[in-house]
Amino acid sequence: MLGPNLFTNYGEAVAVVLFCIGFSNLLLQKNLIKKIIGLNIMDTTVYLYLAEKGYIAGRAAPIVTDGVQEVSAYINPVPSGLVLTGIVVSVSVTALMLSLTIRLYRRYRTLDLDEISARLKKEGL
Amino acid sequence: MRFVQNFPFFSIILSMFSGIISSVLPARAARWLNTALIVTVGAMSAALLWFLTGTQEAYVYWMGHFPAPWGNEIRAGVLEAGMALFFCVIMLLSMLGGEKKLLGEVEYSKHNLYYILVDLLLSSLLALVYTNDLFTAYVFVEINTIAACGLIMIRQNGRTIEAAVRYMIMSLLGSGLFLLGLCTLYDLTGHLLMSNIKEAVAQLAEQQAYTVPLMTTIGLISVGLAIKSALFPFHTWLPDAYGYSTVSSAAMLSSLVSKGYIFLLIKIFYRVIGFDIITESKVINVLFVFGLMGMVFGSLSAIRENDIRRMISYSSVAQIGYIYMGFGLGTEIGMVASVFHILSHAATKSLLFISAIGLTDVSRGSRKFQDLTGAGYRNKLAGVAFTVGSLSMVGVPMFSGFVSKLLFMEASLGHAVKMFPALIVLALSTILNAIYFMKTVIRIYVPDRRPDCGIITGKDEKLYAATLVCFIVLNVALGMLSEPIVQWIRTGLSMFG
Repeated sequence: MLGPNLFTNYGEAVAVVLFCIGFSNLLLQKNLIKKIIGLNIMDTTVYLYLAEKGYIAGRAAPIVTDGVQEVSAYINPVPSGLVLTGIVVSVSVTALMLSLTIRLYRRYRTLDLDEISARLKKEGL
Repeated sequence: MRFVQNFPFFSIILSMFSGIISSVLPARAARWLNTALIVTVGAMSAALLWFLTGTQEAYVYWMGHFPAPWGNEIRAGVLEAGMALFFCVIMLLSMLGGEKKLLGEVEYSKHNLYYILVDLLLSSLLALVYTNDLFTAYVFVEINTIAACGLIMIRQNGRTIEAAVRYMIMSLLGSGLFLLGLCTLYDLTGHLLMSNIKEAVAQLAEQQAYTVPLMTTIGLISVGLAIKSALFPFHTWLPDAYGYSTVSSAAMLSSLVSKGYIFLLIKIFYRVIGFDIITESKVINVLFVFGLMGMVFGSLSAIRENDIRRMISYSSVAQIGYIYMGFGLGTEIGMVASVFHILSHAATKSLLFISAIGLTDVSRGSRKFQDLTGAGYRNKLAGVAFTVGSLSMVGVPMFSGFVSKLLFMEASLGHAVKMFPALIVLALSTILNAIYFMKTVIRIYVPDRRPDCGIITGKDEKLYAATLVCFIVLNVALGMLSEPIVQWIRTGLSMFG
């Protein structure tokens, strides 16, 4: 049961594996830039997953051309819309994370979050 | 369609536009706009609550003119309207109570940014409360996160920026999981509106189809929102974020931001998955266990802490644990207890944060316990307020915390297996709460003449004093008038169905 399903849905499987990679990078990396890269991998794979789910082989984007009106000629446009919205969200959080990273780097001259924490403890603010 | 039914939409859009307008206003005007906004939204929510109590019927509001499976929708019942009102009250009091500190701690040029963030926070909270569409909920969850991050780092020092980074990382992990769960749910059901998803999920459950993906989805969504609301093992960002940000931010973060996510989770339980499927799933057992652990370990960390603000923050971890324990019981009364605890914790925690500021102010700004000795005499009102908050957190009758503890006890009695662990941990956690809160209260009332510290009376800081009095009244009201409030929660939850 699991085998053939996994094989036909290999796109989704790849997306989920990549999601795990991004997730663990965001969680475990010490370097802030690497964390942000992990964040981007994680978000992008969700869009890959949605695109895989939304696509039906042999059909086109739902834009009426040449007067073709049947529903069966087109794919579902909602996942693509969700991807667009998601991209906007992930761009803004990435920008926010990068700006925070710049601030921390200017102050402490390092990108290592643990080292920054250690230094803060020493400062005893 | 009555005019009052437009109010949820009006309140969301008003707070959004106020945020946009504030960006070109000077700080003073932005402050007035912010106060006026919170009061207006609160009044509108009160009117809506009154209207809905009359009709006893939730209604759905179309955003745009598309019917159910296509258009976006807002939905309002008594619980939503009441929550919106409550959030407005807490937000107004937190803003007024922390206003003086804000002037001292944040550069004046950044003040209108602060009000923009608060406006956006309010709009995203209202949207989370009212929305009937899961993807809209996701977008507003992210707006809420970004606004909260801004609230943490508006006070610029190394600590707050580091706390903001840690907060963002944890939040983004949570929203990643939430988003993936949402997409899977969309694949399984083909809908994004909560009521449509619920029908489809009920069908799937009936046919016993896709059980594994469905459970995975429930797990992803619950864990995602649990991470965002700082359930026990994911709480590492919390003490820094609450402990070092300016006090209004700390009060709002602890009592509003995390509660917004929890309220969304309750909505998902009732309106998306269906309460029966949730109670049968194993996911609530996980929430139950982590809730119990949070209740103990949060309190233990609070006992070890030597900094009053961080101690209060760690106590939040324990209180969030209570709420998730209520979910984990998987009974109707457990949910009622959790919702009541959302109210009670929000009212108490913001009171504690605001009153702690009054105590540290009369101890030369130090937050260490040894310097706080006798602070209750130097700022009498803050001392009384802190004592009221502590008693409420410990669960002394007359105050709100007592009622929620009583409800939790009652709820755990209704469950055969989970009764013993829940009762034992409740008792243990109450003792631990009493240890650290009573330790602090005794400390601030040890007579100690310190001529080097100033004395602040209510006359010196009228606004601050008035806020504290309002908070105390709110706390006692929640404790004494619990009957109608519990009744309101019950009606609200039954309207979810």
